[in-house]
Amino acid sequence: MQPLAISRYSIVNCLGAGSRAVLEALLEKRSGLARCDFEAVGIETHVGRVAGLEDIPVRDDLGRYDCRNNRLAQLGLELDGFAAAVATARERYGAARIGVFVGTSTSGILETELAYRRREPGTGALPPDYRYHETHNTYSLADFVRRYLGLRGPAFVISSACSSTAKVFGNAARMIALNVCDAAVVGGVDSLCLTTLYGFHSLELTSSGPCRPFDTARDGISIGEGAGFALLERVSSPTGRGQALLLGVGESSDAHHMSTPHPEGLGARLAMERALQCAGLSPAAVDYVNLHGTGTRTNDAAEDCAVWQMFNGTTPCSSTKGATGHLLGAAGITEAIISILAIENGLMPGSANTREVDPALRSNYLLANREARVRRVLSNSFGFGGSNCSIVLGAAD
Amino acid sequence: MRVFAEGVGLAGPGLPGWKASRATLAGFGAYTRAPTAAAASELLPAAERRRVGTPVKLALAAGSEAVGAAGRDIATMATVFASSSGDCDNVHHIFEALASPERQVSPTRFHNSVHNAVAGYWSIAAKCRQASTSLCCHDASFAAGLLETTVQTGAGDGPVALIAYDHPYPEPLNSARPVGGEFGVALVLAPRATSRATAALDIEFVPRDADATRMDDAGLEALRCAVPAARSLPLLAALAGEGRATVILGYVAGTHLRIAVAPCA
Repeated sequence: MQPLAISRYSIVNCLGAGSRAVLEALLEKRSGLARCDFEAVGIETHVGRVAGLEDIPVRDDLGRYDCRNNRLAQLGLELDGFAAAVATARERYGAARIGVFVGTSTSGILETELAYRRREPGTGALPPDYRYHETHNTYSLADFVRRYLGLRGPAFVISSACSSTAKVFGNAARMIALNVCDAAVVGGVDSLCLTTLYGFHSLELTSSGPCRPFDTARDGISIGEGAGFALLERVSSPTGRGQALLLGVGESSDAHHMSTPHPEGLGARLAMERALQCAGLSPAAVDYVNLHGTGTRTNDAAEDCAVWQMFNGTTPCSSTKGATGHLLGAAGITEAIISILAIENGLMPGSANTREVDPALRSNYLLANREARVRRVLSNSFGFGGSNCSIVLGAAD
Repeated sequence: MRVFAEGVGLAGPGLPGWKASRATLAGFGAYTRAPTAAAASELLPAAERRRVGTPVKLALAAGSEAVGAAGRDIATMATVFASSSGDCDNVHHIFEALASPERQVSPTRFHNSVHNAVAGYWSIAAKCRQASTSLCCHDASFAAGLLETTVQTGAGDGPVALIAYDHPYPEPLNSARPVGGEFGVALVLAPRATSRATAALDIEFVPRDADATRMDDAGLEALRCAVPAARSLPLLAALAGEGRATVILGYVAGTHLRIAVAPCA
C-alpha cells in the first residue's frame, strides 16, 4: 500500500491523559492497573480505570450522547491537540472529505445495563430517560465523534471485539486509496461495563491480580478502558511530511472457535504475513513487535507460536497490557499509538507486571525497557470470533 | 466506483430467498407478509448449529444463497457483515442476568454478544480464513456496508460478499429500538466484469441529503422502513427488474449513496 501519514494522535487510558503522560509511564515501566472498584462488581480482579469520567459530561449540544463511552471519546478528542488538528484538516479538505472510522466493542451499553435495574415494576419498561440510539447502539461512537468534530464524510463503527481499532486503519487506508476521502479519523473507545467484567469472568479469563502477559504464572486479563485517535492523511499533504507512517495492514479469520484462538496461532500468523506483504517488508525489517499479549494461558501460547514462526525468536517483542490492561475494542489504537511512541522515542517497552517469562514461550520477550533505534513496529490485535489484524507502523521517511 | 454484482441472497418476511422473491420485487406479483424462514445452516458443525441465534441463521441463509448464485468458493471469499444491533435476544438475556442479584452471565452468551459473532460462525461454517469486517451504522448499516464492500472490492482483486442482517429486540428494548422483522440480505460484488456478473453498479458517496428511493408496494415499503437491513429493498428491486435504474440509499446524517444499476449483457 501507499504509506499514509499519521499527522496527529491522542491517547488516554489508566496510564494517564495524553501521549506525554503515557510515554512517561512507559519510561518508568509503571502499571495503571488497580483493584476493581467499578459499580460494586464482586469479582476479585484488577482493572485499568480512567479517573474522573464521572465528573466530565459531554459537550452541551451533544448532551443526548452523554454516557461513559462518549465521555471517554470526548476526553481523547480534546487531548494532544487532536480536535484542533482535525479542524485544520477540515479547513483544508472540506468536512465531507474526512471519514470517521472508529471501533468499539461495547459502546455505551453500560447505560442499558443500569437501565435494566430501573425497569418499571408493573410493565417492565425501561426508564423514560433511557436513550438507545445515542448511547447503546454500536454506531453511537462514530455518530458522536463525527458531530463533535463537525465532519460530514463517510462513517461507521467497526466492532470485531479486540481487533476493532487495528482494523479501522485498513478501512481508512482503502477509503483514501479509492479517493472517497482525503483524510480519516480512526481509533476508538472502550469503557468499563458489567457485560465484559462478568462475561470474561464467566469464561475464567480474568486475572485475579494485575495481568502478567507471557509470565509462567499468568492467569488471565485485566480489563482496561481508554480512547485513542489518529488522523490519517496522504504523505504528500502539507501536514503529512515528517510524521510516523502507517505502512501496512493485514487481516485474517481463524475459522476455528468463537472465544479460543487457533492453538498454533494460524490466523495470527496469516494476519502478520499479510501486514508485512501489504507493507512490502520482510520480517527482518521489523525492529519491535507489540504483541496482543493478553495474559491468558491460551492466547499468549498461540501468539508466541505464530510470532516464533515468523521471527525465529530474534525480534524483540512485548505486550504493554500489563501497564494499560486489555482495552478490548480500543486495544488496537492504544497499541498503535504506543508503537508510534516507541518509534519516536527509541523505546522498546518492557512488560510491566511480568516477573518471569514462561520458558515454554520462545519469542524474544522483553521484561526490561530497552533504548534502541526503532524504525518499524508490527502491532498485533486479535479478537473473539477469530478476528485478527496486524498493522505495520514506521518512522517518517 | 464501479463494481459488478454476481449473486444475491435474501431471507425476509414473505421473501423466502432471492430466487423465490425476484418476481415480487420486480413488481410482477403481490407481496404477502409471512414469517421469515431461515433454518440453521447445514454448513455449521452440529454443536454450533444448536446454539446459534437468529442473526447467524439469517446471515448464513442469505450469504450462502448469494455465494452459490455467484458460483464462487465460500472458503476463499472476503466478507463484510453489517448490522444495526447484532444478536438482540442474546444481549437481552445478558442484561436480565446482570440486573439480577447473582449477576451470572453464561459464557456462551458472552462470546455470542460480540458484534462480529456472526462473522465468527460464518468463518467456521465456511472454513474461510480471509479478512472479514463487521460494522454498524445504526439505520444506515446496509448503506455503510455497501460502501465498504465496494471500496474493499476496488482495493483488492477478488470478490467480496456483503451480508447484512437485523432482527427485533425482545421487550423492553423493543420499545426503545423497534425493529419490525427478521431480515437478511447478501450481495457478492466483484471488481471486474466476468460471465458471472449480472449487473454493473456505479456507487457514489454524496455528502448531501436526498430522499431515499421507496418501494411501490405498500407492504414492501413498510418493511423497508421497519428494518435497517431492509433499506436494501430498492436496490434489490432494481436488480430484480433487470433494467437500468438509479437507487438512492440514505447513509449517515446529511449524506446518501447514489447507485446506478445497469444490467450486464
